[in-house]
Amino acid sequence: MKITELFERGEFVVSAEVGPPKGIHIEGLVEEAKEYLSGVTAVNVTDNQSSVMRLGSMATCKALKDAGLLPIFQLTCRDRNRIALQSDLLSAAMLGIENVLALTGDHIKLGDHPQAKPVFDLDSVSLLHTICKLESGEDLGGNKLVGEPPKFAKGAVVSPCSDSVDAQLAKMERKVAAGAEYFQTQAVYEPEKFIKFMEKAKQFGKPVQLGIVIPKSAGMAKYMNDNVAGIHVPQEMIDELKADKEKTKAGITGVEIAARIIKECKPYCQGVHIMALGWESKVPDLLKQAGI
Amino acid sequence: MLITQLKSKETIVSLVDGKKIFIINCQGCKEVHFPEKEALELQKELAADGKVTGSITTDYICNPENMKLRLEKHMDAIKAADLVLVFSCGVGVQTIAEYLEDKMVCAACDSCRLPGFQGVTPIEYDCGQCGECYLNLTGGICPITACSKSLLNGQCGGSKNGKCEVDSNMECGWERIYRRLEKIGRLDVLKCPTQVRNYATDDEV
Repeated sequence: MKITELFERGEFVVSAEVGPPKGIHIEGLVEEAKEYLSGVTAVNVTDNQSSVMRLGSMATCKALKDAGLLPIFQLTCRDRNRIALQSDLLSAAMLGIENVLALTGDHIKLGDHPQAKPVFDLDSVSLLHTICKLESGEDLGGNKLVGEPPKFAKGAVVSPCSDSVDAQLAKMERKVAAGAEYFQTQAVYEPEKFIKFMEKAKQFGKPVQLGIVIPKSAGMAKYMNDNVAGIHVPQEMIDELKADKEKTKAGITGVEIAARIIKECKPYCQGVHIMALGWESKVPDLLKQAGI
Repeated sequence: MLITQLKSKETIVSLVDGKKIFIINCQGCKEVHFPEKEALELQKELAADGKVTGSITTDYICNPENMKLRLEKHMDAIKAADLVLVFSCGVGVQTIAEYLEDKMVCAACDSCRLPGFQGVTPIEYDCGQCGECYLNLTGGICPITACSKSLLNGQCGGSKNGKCEVDSNMECGWERIYRRLEKIGRLDVLKCPTQVRNYATDDEV
């Protein structure tokens, strides 16, 4: 099933994210996803997230699909040129993976192989354009595909609380023009900024899923403020995480904060995307508290 | 070494369509092959339409001090133009775009790489000698050399406080591009078709 069908039906779409392991054993990931993400419609699988080499996104998507979940294949331009990207898209379609999230990808310098060659032959926008080309029955070189072309629900990302939000909106517009059908956002901790962003983004007429990362500790919040682009955790939230260390450690405070953000933003968006970063077990409680 | 070659006539004509232009030719650097004759012919045609407010032929516009001295005498003609069209390698275009901060500055040439000695170019600006030049879509700031990922279609999500997440001393190239296009009132340039980089320059040289 394509996630876009749900948006079209007017559903509030909940997705979550899992990161494949650095190894070949995936049973744990699949079991956790089945146990904790049953209330979630679709599951993103990251593509060597943060430029750290891991098991592949496509293989993990196939394993999740076989386990009855709906995977979203994250595809970045960092490690593959246009030939490999198109080939992987055909392979994914052949495996019955219908949802793709097109990303540029983190730079190699941020990961565990800083000596590698950064590819970036295409970027998120030209990747979306390429997917549309394949769907039309032609590859990017203008050569005809044999038989029925693939068809994907094409997702993209945007960073609504970025300090250069106008440049982000301009990029979002280019992604829409290139074929993006829905958006997932970077983690939001400032609902008022997100709501302002949505006022401007609604002109593009594409569904947007609010990005959520459950804050695990005051230290994590400060780390994100210093190092992660497009994220700012306000001081009051950091204080809230500091107030009761045991409660925070148990995940109770983080889930309360995340649920509050979802409730506040829900009237302005078409879904929520949860990046649990290892805290998948908290997702059911978060959804319950957020009333979804 | 590098070769500059004229962009196609259609590209240049559509770029300057209906606009008053000032033309700058750079013929300074003997390490760069410059298509002198073809440029002159094209400029004659452009001048025949009566839209050229002035033109100069000079050397080493990549040297900011030299470039300022040369341009100073022509500031009235430059101010009267809507667009400054530069016939040079990518470094020259970027140097002029930085100096004429309120003007749309465009490249009339593509710069292609040749193996061998690299001309004497200043360190502030870098030309990737990519072949197809993208400076006209980015307000004269090079997306290839000013962006860590050499992105052609806009900013990634990795800029924090205006800096690139790969190198905290480097300004985000696409934020610079956005700010410049905003300043010269040409954000419409960002609505151009999706750009896919062309690496196949060998057969065009």
